[in-house]
Amino acid sequence: MAWRIVVGLKDSVRDARGERVRREIREHLGIELQAVRTIDVYTVDAQLSGEEVAAAAAGPFCDPIIQDYAINKPLAHDFDVLVEVGFRPGVTDNVGRTAREAIQYQTGRTFAEGEGVYTSVQYLLSGEISVEDAERITRDFLGNGLIQRWDIVARSEFDQSKGIQITVPKVTSSSKPAIRPVDLDISDDELMEISRQGMLALSLEEMKAIQFYFRQDEVIAARKQVGLGAMPTDAELEALAQTWSEHCKHKIFAARIEYEDDQGRQEVINSLFKSYIMQVTADVRKAKGKKDICLSVFKDNAGVIKFNDDWSLVFKVETHNSPSALDPYGGALTGIVGCNRDPFGTGMGARLMFNTDVFCFASPFYDKPLPPRLLHPRRIFEGVVEGVEHGGNKSGIPTVNGSIVFDDRFAGKPLVYCGTGAIMPRMLNGRPGHEKQARIGDRIVMVGGRVGKDGIHGATFSSEELHEGSPVTAVQIGDPITQRRMFDFLIIARDRGLYNAITDNGAGGLSSSVGEMSEDTGGFEMHLDRAPLKYSGLQPWEILISEAQERMTLAVPPEKLEEFSTLAAEMGVEVSDLGQFTDSGYFHCLYNGETATYLPMEFIHDGVPQMLIAARWTPPALQEPDFTQPLDMDATLRHLLGRLDVCSKESVVRRYDHEVQGGTVIKPLVGVANDGPSDAAVLRPLFDSFEGVVVAHGICPGYSDIDTYHMMANAIDEGLRNYVAVGGNIEHVAGLDNFCWCDPVASEKTPDGEYKAAQLVRANQALYNYCLAFGVPLISGKDSMKNDYMIGDTKISIPPTVLFSVIGKIDDLRKAVSMDAKAPGDLVYLLGQTRNELGGSEYYAMYHKIGCNVPQVDAETAMLRYRTINAAQAEGLLASCHDLSDGGLGVALAETAFAGGFGLHVDLNQVPVDAVMREDKLLYSESASRLLVTVKPDNQNRFEALFAGQVFACIGQVANDEYLKIVGLKGETLVRSTIGDLKEAWQSPLREM
Amino acid sequence: MAKQVRAVVISGNGTNCEREVANACRLAGAEVVDILHVAELLAGHARLDDYHFLNLAGGFLDGDDLGSAKAGANRLIHAAVKGSEETLSDQLQRFIADGKLIMGVCNGFQLMTKMGLLPALGGDYKKQSATLTFNDGGRFEDRWCYLKVDRESPCVFTRGLDGIYLPVRHGEGKFVVESEHVLREMELKHLAVVRYSDAAYKSPVMEYPLNPNGSIAAIAGVCDESGRLFGLMPHPEAYVHRTHHPRWTREPDLPEEGMGLLLYINAVKYVRENLL
Repeated sequence: MAWRIVVGLKDSVRDARGERVRREIREHLGIELQAVRTIDVYTVDAQLSGEEVAAAAAGPFCDPIIQDYAINKPLAHDFDVLVEVGFRPGVTDNVGRTAREAIQYQTGRTFAEGEGVYTSVQYLLSGEISVEDAERITRDFLGNGLIQRWDIVARSEFDQSKGIQITVPKVTSSSKPAIRPVDLDISDDELMEISRQGMLALSLEEMKAIQFYFRQDEVIAARKQVGLGAMPTDAELEALAQTWSEHCKHKIFAARIEYEDDQGRQEVINSLFKSYIMQVTADVRKAKGKKDICLSVFKDNAGVIKFNDDWSLVFKVETHNSPSALDPYGGALTGIVGCNRDPFGTGMGARLMFNTDVFCFASPFYDKPLPPRLLHPRRIFEGVVEGVEHGGNKSGIPTVNGSIVFDDRFAGKPLVYCGTGAIMPRMLNGRPGHEKQARIGDRIVMVGGRVGKDGIHGATFSSEELHEGSPVTAVQIGDPITQRRMFDFLIIARDRGLYNAITDNGAGGLSSSVGEMSEDTGGFEMHLDRAPLKYSGLQPWEILISEAQERMTLAVPPEKLEEFSTLAAEMGVEVSDLGQFTDSGYFHCLYNGETATYLPMEFIHDGVPQMLIAARWTPPALQEPDFTQPLDMDATLRHLLGRLDVCSKESVVRRYDHEVQGGTVIKPLVGVANDGPSDAAVLRPLFDSFEGVVVAHGICPGYSDIDTYHMMANAIDEGLRNYVAVGGNIEHVAGLDNFCWCDPVASEKTPDGEYKAAQLVRANQALYNYCLAFGVPLISGKDSMKNDYMIGDTKISIPPTVLFSVIGKIDDLRKAVSMDAKAPGDLVYLLGQTRNELGGSEYYAMYHKIGCNVPQVDAETAMLRYRTINAAQAEGLLASCHDLSDGGLGVALAETAFAGGFGLHVDLNQVPVDAVMREDKLLYSESASRLLVTVKPDNQNRFEALFAGQVFACIGQVANDEYLKIVGLKGETLVRSTIGDLKEAWQSPLREM
Repeated sequence: MAKQVRAVVISGNGTNCEREVANACRLAGAEVVDILHVAELLAGHARLDDYHFLNLAGGFLDGDDLGSAKAGANRLIHAAVKGSEETLSDQLQRFIADGKLIMGVCNGFQLMTKMGLLPALGGDYKKQSATLTFNDGGRFEDRWCYLKVDRESPCVFTRGLDGIYLPVRHGEGKFVVESEHVLREMELKHLAVVRYSDAAYKSPVMEYPLNPNGSIAAIAGVCDESGRLFGLMPHPEAYVHRTHHPRWTREPDLPEEGMGLLLYINAVKYVRENLL
């Protein structure tokens, strides 16, 4: 029978969680409540005695110092409306899993199949609200209808003796697993109907390629031998859809593109990925020769570079945009713990070292009506931040670097970039740690969580825009603890040499992971019925493509299987032997001995037809705006500091553990009050060495409205500029490109496809040109190409956005430099030239203008500057170093001053320019490759000697007062603000988030 | 075999700080430092009896899903050690009776408190009399805090220290006691070893953010009456070198050794002088 245990705080104890909910209901919805109290509910559906249930309630479920519990009767009292929110059947319930384990430890018995514990939370709302208000609060804040269900009861209707009725959200299914043939001998319209209905996201051309394949006589004959008819099975069609999805196959980056620029020059590009991304890496590596730092690029789950003679660095950045739009918390949590599996599944496996997070949202203060099915940006902000907080903190991985970019077009699709860095031994058991190979005869072993309907069609779903029929199963919730147990086990198995290859189960599930690994041997035979399930009733095809989280696939040599399984059992990790890697040439799956898929490896991996995309570049007609310089330049500066892109993100940063593992040397928050904005992170990964890892990024979608070529160039430069600012060695750095685009394929839905495709080509051209010029290889990346929202006539496309992440090294982290001014009397230098480049700037955006003079990057002078900065850092000449980006010189001066707790007095007449410029433009130009440094007077001569011949100038001094004073071009005082006022303007906008 | 200080850190099921805690023990001079997965202890491959100094590291045991460290405490109390009649809790009680040292940091402190190991008034190591619950702010926070040390505390870890600067990184760090009586006893016996304070370590502070979670009497760390069991929310292992300090780039006179390391040095010294 089912029992209901409720646990609540004693009346005398403050309910901090309830208070926070009350505060957030006020901030999100503007509804004022007197009080919110919370109660945890455990629905225990298992054969237990009354004493055993009472022992669970009194023991692990209840903290006797602060809590009371009740069994099968309510604790709730003194409320106006009660809301209870629980999960829908099949949604991952981490607390329920832990509660079940706790009871098992107590009783010494394992739960039987189908038994379980389900959790929900009661919110006791007090105040003058109706049930309708409570419904709104629940729908728009407390719950998410996609994954949760709820009961809402007014006090007058509440039965004080029984409470809320018991609901057991158990998955029930009457469907019998079967392998079903699908008839493809049908019309084109019907083919497309199958693709749409089945969420396959395959184009007509792709459907026809499949249709053609199954019509061939030799195919029919081969299938007959394994007992299959001529028609494809449902599992085969699903496996093809997964493998051929945009998400897995990157069809747009592999497409043949016919590009025409504004001069009418035509060019055919056979795969952007090969022509630009892979090519520049090959060219950089060749140019670097013996100094090449790359070890494994583009072929594994993450890129690998050298760190020192004994260790390698691994880095991967992912996006998890579509799921985060539907369920921000679950989407982001799954994003980060999913990204963790990539470096872990690279080579023979790596120890996870840091996370990075970059988000693009609409303003949390968005006050226009929202189109249907979109969550309010504030809710997305809160949910995503909390998801990443739980994913990172619980996994014990410090979140060291990130940013949040705002543009209201991200209301259509938020961008959630999650990155994970890791470290692995250069050599493992006599073989390079970054290499792996499954061998013929190796067992296919699945490790970690069980298979459920979670995330089915995740890969194909993210390959489409958000529309009415987006499936609930695409949303899932990550489980950091199950994953942590698995990693703890696998790292021991790795060091003992118990497997030959490892990869993660992400998009496409087993279909992708086993499919990819079997390319090493040329085939596999997998028994889908041997996979452990969360609940019964899954179809074979569902087992094959389920994206249930926290699973890795390994190739385990048969002779090691016993040792591997014994260790797993000891460490509480589930492993299952699903079959073996073969050289049969076939993607061969069986279910209870019956063949479910029998597809040639080359067809499934290489059979997808190449797309053809037309791209035509027509520069947008833009002009520089016409307005006069504002009179109150102090107010202007404050206003700029308070803009969402510029202002402090401290409230978010503090929610991430950025110091766990004991190696964060330059933290995200620096300066006299530990609250200044760090440019990049420096980590010490090894306790016995002072060599450091440096992590930074650049992202500037604002420039895409003018030209994505320069958007890309500036993102690369910004990433490297931040990296160099803290001391990263410009000769030992690698980049990762993560493209988030709107659909660039011209169609009825996308009439401007040719322009968007041209934007994509131009960004890639810049990626090639600038990575080559800076000598930066690309080691990994990802693309997410359908970031559009379309329901009815409303279409919102995101601005084309590339996150350029960088990872590299500082030889001695004790020489790292932070951005805060250090001492009065230090000289303030500006490195680099300031030009009239405010197109796409924060300053113009403040006036709702775009402009056209987008900053252009001169890689040659920038590279020389960065090398010289490294030299100055090595000699200890820089007291502080801060990059100029959003808001230009004005913002950088203010940040350097208030982070350091000192005034700064500077003279704009000293700023190096290429032509006379208005003062406001001088202050807020976003010209690239510039940095602001402070230097002790003692070091002045040596510093100036190092930079001799380059564009730089001493523009002022750190002052022993509290003023940022800026002298204008006529010698007048242009700005005179206290650093306290400036800091307040910078801190206040998102302080309460 | 030469006399060796043997330290152990238990890991598994969500502990996160085992590596840096082990590093702190090594830097403090312990000759043997092992990280043991709890599965190794439960399988009977290793025993706590072979060590002098037990570390319960920070993390999120079982995700803190039933409240911080609740499920973890339940496991230690109930899970049987293979090939023996005992539970891990029995090994722990013997460890304490043998006069050995235990330090719990963050989740380790939560674990000790919820098992009844702290403050363990009257030497009752099985009765819970205090707890750690949600920060008043309702959120996880990473923030450096000043800690004033009670010089009259029996705590062996903080001997000779007046103040310590360390980071807190928790969502459930508010220290609460069962009754006024417990608090009075703790104060009388100087068991509230470290309290959140002002930057000069002058007086305990109740106001946010100096007191990051609203702990009663600003209590950040607690010892038992013997002074050999100690738990605290701030992370001493996170400040063992000058470059851990959030302002090391602007305070050139910071000593090479971080303040947190001093706690481990005291522990190792105690073992060497009393247990070898």
